[in-house]
Amino acid sequence: MNSLILQVATRYLSSLLLVFSIYMLLRGHNEPGGGFIGGLVGATGFILYAVACGTSGARQALRVSPQNIAAIGLGISLLSGLFSMFFADAPFTGQWLFIGAEGDDKGLPISTILFFDIGVYLVVLGAILTLVFAMEEEI
Amino acid sequence: MAASKPGASASNGVIGWVPVAIAASLFAYFLQFLGPVSQGEVIRLVWNWVPSLDIALSFTVDGLSLTFALLISGIGTAVMLYSNSYLAGHPQYDRFALYLTSFMLAMLGLVLADNLIALFVFWELTTITSYLLIGFNNEEAKSRRSALQALLLTGAGALVLLAGIILLGVAAGTFEISEILAQGDAIREHPWYVGIVILVLVGAFTKSAQVPFHFWLPNAMAAPTPVSAFLHSATMVKGGVYLMARLHPGLSGTELWLWTLTVFGAVTAVFASILAFRQTDLKQALAYTTLMALGTLTMLLGSAEGYAITAFVTFLVVHSLYKAALFLVVGCIDHGTGTRDANVLGGLGKAMPVTAFAAALAALSMAGIPPFMGFIAKELAYKGAEETLTNVTFVAGMSLAANALMVAVAGIVALRPFWSKAEGEMPHTPHEAPWPMLAGPVVLAVLGLLFGLMPGYAQTYLVNPTVQGFLGSMEAAKELKLWAGVNLALYLSIATFVIGGLLYAFHRTLRPALIRVNMASPKFDKGWDNILDGLKAVAAWQTRLLQSGVLRQYMFVIFATLLVGVGGTLWAKGAFHWPLVFEGELAPKHWTVIGLLMVGTLVTVTTRSRILAIAALGVVGIAVAIIFIIYGAPDVAITQLLVETLVVVLVAVAMLRLPLLDQKGKSDHRPLDAVLAVGVGGVVTMTILLMLEQPIDLRLSAYFNETAWPDAFGRNIVNVILVDFRALDTFGEIAVVLIAGLSAYALLRTTQPVRHRRGMRNKDTNVQEDTP
Repeated sequence: MNSLILQVATRYLSSLLLVFSIYMLLRGHNEPGGGFIGGLVGATGFILYAVACGTSGARQALRVSPQNIAAIGLGISLLSGLFSMFFADAPFTGQWLFIGAEGDDKGLPISTILFFDIGVYLVVLGAILTLVFAMEEEI
Repeated sequence: MAASKPGASASNGVIGWVPVAIAASLFAYFLQFLGPVSQGEVIRLVWNWVPSLDIALSFTVDGLSLTFALLISGIGTAVMLYSNSYLAGHPQYDRFALYLTSFMLAMLGLVLADNLIALFVFWELTTITSYLLIGFNNEEAKSRRSALQALLLTGAGALVLLAGIILLGVAAGTFEISEILAQGDAIREHPWYVGIVILVLVGAFTKSAQVPFHFWLPNAMAAPTPVSAFLHSATMVKGGVYLMARLHPGLSGTELWLWTLTVFGAVTAVFASILAFRQTDLKQALAYTTLMALGTLTMLLGSAEGYAITAFVTFLVVHSLYKAALFLVVGCIDHGTGTRDANVLGGLGKAMPVTAFAAALAALSMAGIPPFMGFIAKELAYKGAEETLTNVTFVAGMSLAANALMVAVAGIVALRPFWSKAEGEMPHTPHEAPWPMLAGPVVLAVLGLLFGLMPGYAQTYLVNPTVQGFLGSMEAAKELKLWAGVNLALYLSIATFVIGGLLYAFHRTLRPALIRVNMASPKFDKGWDNILDGLKAVAAWQTRLLQSGVLRQYMFVIFATLLVGVGGTLWAKGAFHWPLVFEGELAPKHWTVIGLLMVGTLVTVTTRSRILAIAALGVVGIAVAIIFIIYGAPDVAITQLLVETLVVVLVAVAMLRLPLLDQKGKSDHRPLDAVLAVGVGGVVTMTILLMLEQPIDLRLSAYFNETAWPDAFGRNIVNVILVDFRALDTFGEIAVVLIAGLSAYALLRTTQPVRHRRGMRNKDTNVQEDTP
């Protein structure tokens, strides 16, 4: 599609969508959101970019091929699930680290759960973009 | 084969020595257990794996597993060293080394595992690595076929075994092997006993290539020779034998066990030795003698008497030693001369003195000549036959026949090529193999002699602890000795040598007759092909029947199934009643959403424009998202909205390819579709109303509500369930998402030329239709 208005607007919209997608991913544990929704929002950002500037441009902006993103995401999820084995827990048992926790204040929580969700985010983003890019290029 | 390249001077570098180091250090590691285990100790190591299913990664080191572990890692060391020279400079040696090392680790896991499920996992790992190794020369169609055959046959057997294992575990109430075996007669008296034995034995028989599942093993010789020596002779094929031995204390001692193992073992042993005798390819001949050994081992396991069990352990060890040595020797011959044809080979003794030495020692052990360990094993086996609970004449006769044939085959394989005159042109002048290829066979063959001269070591460290596992005490083991006095076993041994010698002397004359007999007997290999062809035909037929390729038909079948399944169940269970009352309250906002839904649906089904239909369907989707918002599920609502958005984009892109909706000259499916749609809608509505009449069980919701924050540190229950409580499910789902994405990608890419052509044609016809 060759529309100057759309192209200019997309530069801002796409970035906003990507930031928003990461926001959705990170807040997911306590508020509506999470890796799945975040991945969908992120994918929308790139699809918008592809519609406005063409798939080759979108692929360049993405740098890594969407198939690889999805595969890496699955790998991250698997590894974060297997991580609990080091603590003699069953696979996919969450492991938590509370940085600077004092009393009731939990500080900054870092967990394998977060990495698992990042994996979900990447799989959803990668798989959808794989499909959409392939279809767009097909036409 | 790259191996037979003369003077291959290239080396595999560091990668060639890594497997050797791994195998050697494992061997050294297991050696340290010899002391404690020979004192009757059993070492256990437990690691929780899937505690909720009573599956643990527990390992046991007792006599039986230690004997196996030492054979695997010891022969493994020799084979790794050998392969490094045999496949020197092979472009894919790194791959080979990875497969072979993985196999060795899997096999060690199999013999050390103390949990049935863990054992099964390792069992399958050996099947897969075996597949990869048989098919290592993957550019040859024969290798690929053999690999697939071995995989399918042992894989199918493994499924049967899995059923047996599950039955056994459920019957015993535990999957820990040590606990199952400790239950004594409980398993034998269980109503499922017969089923368990048959299922487990089918698995063991396929793995250990008993008749009628034997044919994959000779075909597996398509693998490089060190693989045949390691997997298909010394270790993997003994996996089935190992399983029978492992479960022997729990399952043996019944008529069923006794007769099945004795008869199948004996038939396999004799059948295989006749076929071995017939072969002219040295490697094939050895493959069939391996079958004979597996048959003999199975036959010995039928019994639960001291002599038979002692003979089992002794023969297990001695066979691994001499057979691995002989395979490696054949590899050396192949490497040195370029052929394995017994009709051509001869006079190699001078050119390959070390190989000839190793071959002679190994063959003498195989023939069971004193003072080799093979002799002791044979004597014990004859003793075992004497006290068998089945038919003494049958067992002794079958053993005699098999052993006599072994004597003859030993001569054909290991004496003739070296000491008789060459009868044909060999592809190249014989030369001795390099030292890494000689070390293994020489050490293994010499061990066979040493254990024979000094049976006390084998007795103390290997035989006694293993027999203890079978029969409960070390004293039950019979003594390994070269001279046991003049008795029936000695007469049988002498008869073996006489008949064997005669067979060897006349084997040239006998071979054509055997080949004729073989032509007349049933062809298992051919039968296998027929089974596969039949399977493929069924698959093709049902694909033609079910996969019409028309999306509308698929949807119709899916929804019709839903209608019949749910509606039929409601009717059959008598759950349906009238009138159904909805007791909820509907505010104006609900009516608005319902209105949106109705309008969207009506427009979708009545419009003739595809773009309008998609937009109207989007309205329906958004109305559903609003319902989620009203009832407090923002996560689901957001997802629904995003998916709706993406679907519109996808469909819009796809639409450019699709034909127009109102195609002329085609029947209108809408009336029938309308009936189906109304039916499905009605049944679903009825089901929901019926469900609402029941009190809702809120235990799960309450559980997650209470535990999400304290246990999982999350306030968004939906997300906590997704990524923590049920993370494994989510992992499965994202794997599906990835696979779906990749499949769609592959479909779009691979069918591009065809689609393109079809698109062109559509365009052409459109143009033609438009012109008038």
